[in-house]
Amino acid sequence: MLGKTAGGLFWMFRFLERAENTARLVEAGFRIALTRSTDASSEWESVATTAGVATRYREKHGSFTASDVIDYLLRDKDNPSSVYSVTKSARDNARLVRTALTAEVWAAVNDSWMTIQDLLKRPVKETELPRLLDSIRQQSAIVRGALHGTMLRNDIYDFARIGTFIERADNTARIIDVKYYSLLPSSSFVGSSLDNVQWETILRSVSAHRAFRWLDEDEMTAAGVARFLILDRRLPRSLVFSVATTLENLNYLAEEYGERHACHDHAEQMLQKLKERDISSIFDEGLHEFITKFIQDNYTLGQLIERDYKFYG
Amino acid sequence: MGDNQVRPPYASYKSWFDGQEPGRLAKKSKEAEAFFRRTGITFNVYGQVAAEERLIPFDLVPRIISGREWTKLSRGIEQRVRAINAFLHDIYNRQEILRAGRIPVDLIARNVAFLPQMMGFSPPGGVYTHIVGTDIVRTGEDDFFVLEDNARTPSGVSYMLENRETMLQMFPELFSRIKVQPVSDYPKNLRRSLAASAPKSCGGKPVIAVLTPGIYNSAYYEHSFLADQMGAELVEGHDLRVVDGHVAMRTTRGYKQIDVLYRRVDDEYLDPLTFNPNSMLGVPGIMDVYRAGNITIANAPGTGVADDKAVYSYVPDIIEFYTGEKAILKNVETFRCGEPDSLKYVLDNLAELVVKEVHGSGGYGMLVGPAASKKELADFADKLRARPSNYIAQPTLSLSTVPIMVKKGLAPRHVDLRPYVLVSPDGIDITPGGLTRVALTEGSLVVNSSQGGGTKDTWVLED
Repeated sequence: MLGKTAGGLFWMFRFLERAENTARLVEAGFRIALTRSTDASSEWESVATTAGVATRYREKHGSFTASDVIDYLLRDKDNPSSVYSVTKSARDNARLVRTALTAEVWAAVNDSWMTIQDLLKRPVKETELPRLLDSIRQQSAIVRGALHGTMLRNDIYDFARIGTFIERADNTARIIDVKYYSLLPSSSFVGSSLDNVQWETILRSVSAHRAFRWLDEDEMTAAGVARFLILDRRLPRSLVFSVATTLENLNYLAEEYGERHACHDHAEQMLQKLKERDISSIFDEGLHEFITKFIQDNYTLGQLIERDYKFYG
Repeated sequence: MGDNQVRPPYASYKSWFDGQEPGRLAKKSKEAEAFFRRTGITFNVYGQVAAEERLIPFDLVPRIISGREWTKLSRGIEQRVRAINAFLHDIYNRQEILRAGRIPVDLIARNVAFLPQMMGFSPPGGVYTHIVGTDIVRTGEDDFFVLEDNARTPSGVSYMLENRETMLQMFPELFSRIKVQPVSDYPKNLRRSLAASAPKSCGGKPVIAVLTPGIYNSAYYEHSFLADQMGAELVEGHDLRVVDGHVAMRTTRGYKQIDVLYRRVDDEYLDPLTFNPNSMLGVPGIMDVYRAGNITIANAPGTGVADDKAVYSYVPDIIEFYTGEKAILKNVETFRCGEPDSLKYVLDNLAELVVKEVHGSGGYGMLVGPAASKKELADFADKLRARPSNYIAQPTLSLSTVPIMVKKGLAPRHVDLRPYVLVSPDGIDITPGGLTRVALTEGSLVVNSSQGGGTKDTWVLED
């Protein structure tokens, strides 16, 4: 496979994952703003910060209002991480790697681009937001379904999966990073309703609020939520799940190519670090420090993969 | 033949058509458009926003050619393509045709498409034009004219294939009723033809790649489609590099040698070390590899010398010189404006003529006299006087028409036809069919997709 094709697949699936995650962030923000009487502006600011666009946002808008943040995250062409922009980038990458995709996957990505373009043509009304976010998530489910149902399980599939899970790990880590203060056991708000709001936002941002209750193993405590998001292998958006899946696909590549690289060792160390920890030792180290380090490691992993598999010249 | 009579090859189709409810066909037309858009069969228009992708309008009514007509056509095309390859070999080697005085030396010496780097070199298997798309029009029964030879990198073959695919999906019943020769073997034949043209030094199964300028090129869809259908890698210049005397592509496991490069990049951009030094689209050093016989470039660099519009006017002489036969297919009468008598005639009769740039393509920079305003005619006359040898002129032919679907039913429109020809050391293969381009505006003679033309499926009947 061409190095460029591997890179195109990696980024195509990173962008698709990002579109879905951004939609989920907006949904969580919207939900909290509707149901809780907290300071909405700071909530929307933290949504923008989690999406990694707060600085750029400030250059364009004065304050963090619901309609401006929603528009910026969903529709703004100046925001390279808006759902509009990343869906376009995903589709551009799909065109680049078209010979590596089945007709079904290509048609799903192309359809998804046409649908989302159409949905985001006009500013989004509040009344339409839930249905719109639902459609965005549905689009990404269709692409994923086509990927699972029609692609050969070879290096093409591996690069698609690696892109997905590097992006997902980054996204979940950012959510924790922005809200880490509310997860600290030492927080003076412990047990207050403010804490519960923050935890609910976090869980909703990874579509896990219901799962958390169903598993019913942890009480709704800071440590319980943090453990769930970082260390629970059953949660498909947890850090440990994302890293394990990335490593699994890297190992398939090593097997198929008969060659291991620096990225393999690095991913293994990342997984090891997560596996040997429990949540109290992470709190002892400092949650913020732990997450900052994780985001850095995950970024480095992406860089190593890019180099080891010759994405660029 | 008059517009209201049904030509014999259309008889079965017409009886099927008359049995259709009008509403059904209109619905099918919408379905076809959705299919094209969903599959991403689009082209980019130069000078427009980079990201803008357009659909080429597709007309549901096939253009139908009888098997007998096709046999004659394909004999004529084969003769032409054979002569053009012989001509190219001669021009880049002994230049017998110049010595014999059959064509003017200036035609070659002052031709921007002539590449001195190709002198004294013979490409693998002696093939210059691996892929040709000969543009043909007809003016009446058995009256076929060649408009252009397109010996560089003809495009549009993906539309020939996708148009048929669309018709098969939408009207399967038509194909069980009418026996149409298949076109679907084209990608397989292209692959076989390119493989047969691999350099001698290539041991084993040749590695083939398609070189594209990238996703913003107007024909990118076609490049990816052909690579996909052939099972070949789709590469850009920055994926390639010269490694140990061979051209190699960067894969996830290191550099891998390429034996045959089907390039959809113009000569000028092919090798920044040899041609345009600013080109980012090519491969530095590929011409050295080529001249060392370690890669096949399809089509060969420098083939453009055989298909500009001034050389075109000599093709009948070229055919006679190399084959000893008269040309089977006619040329359109062509006035070379570089010749004083011709220039005078052209200026005097501008309103009746079509004037084209010698090196132009895509319908850009041409004048259609009968459709032009007084001011356009005057402006163009100034251009002609300023650089006469940059232009040729041709009479507007009374082109035959074929039916297309309009709101009120069927209506006649002008068309041309581009069959696709594959050349390898094993022989010449012409796919029965081709790309029919249609001028959608009533009375218009310009069929280029960049100028608002559409396409049709092209049927060659088994008769």
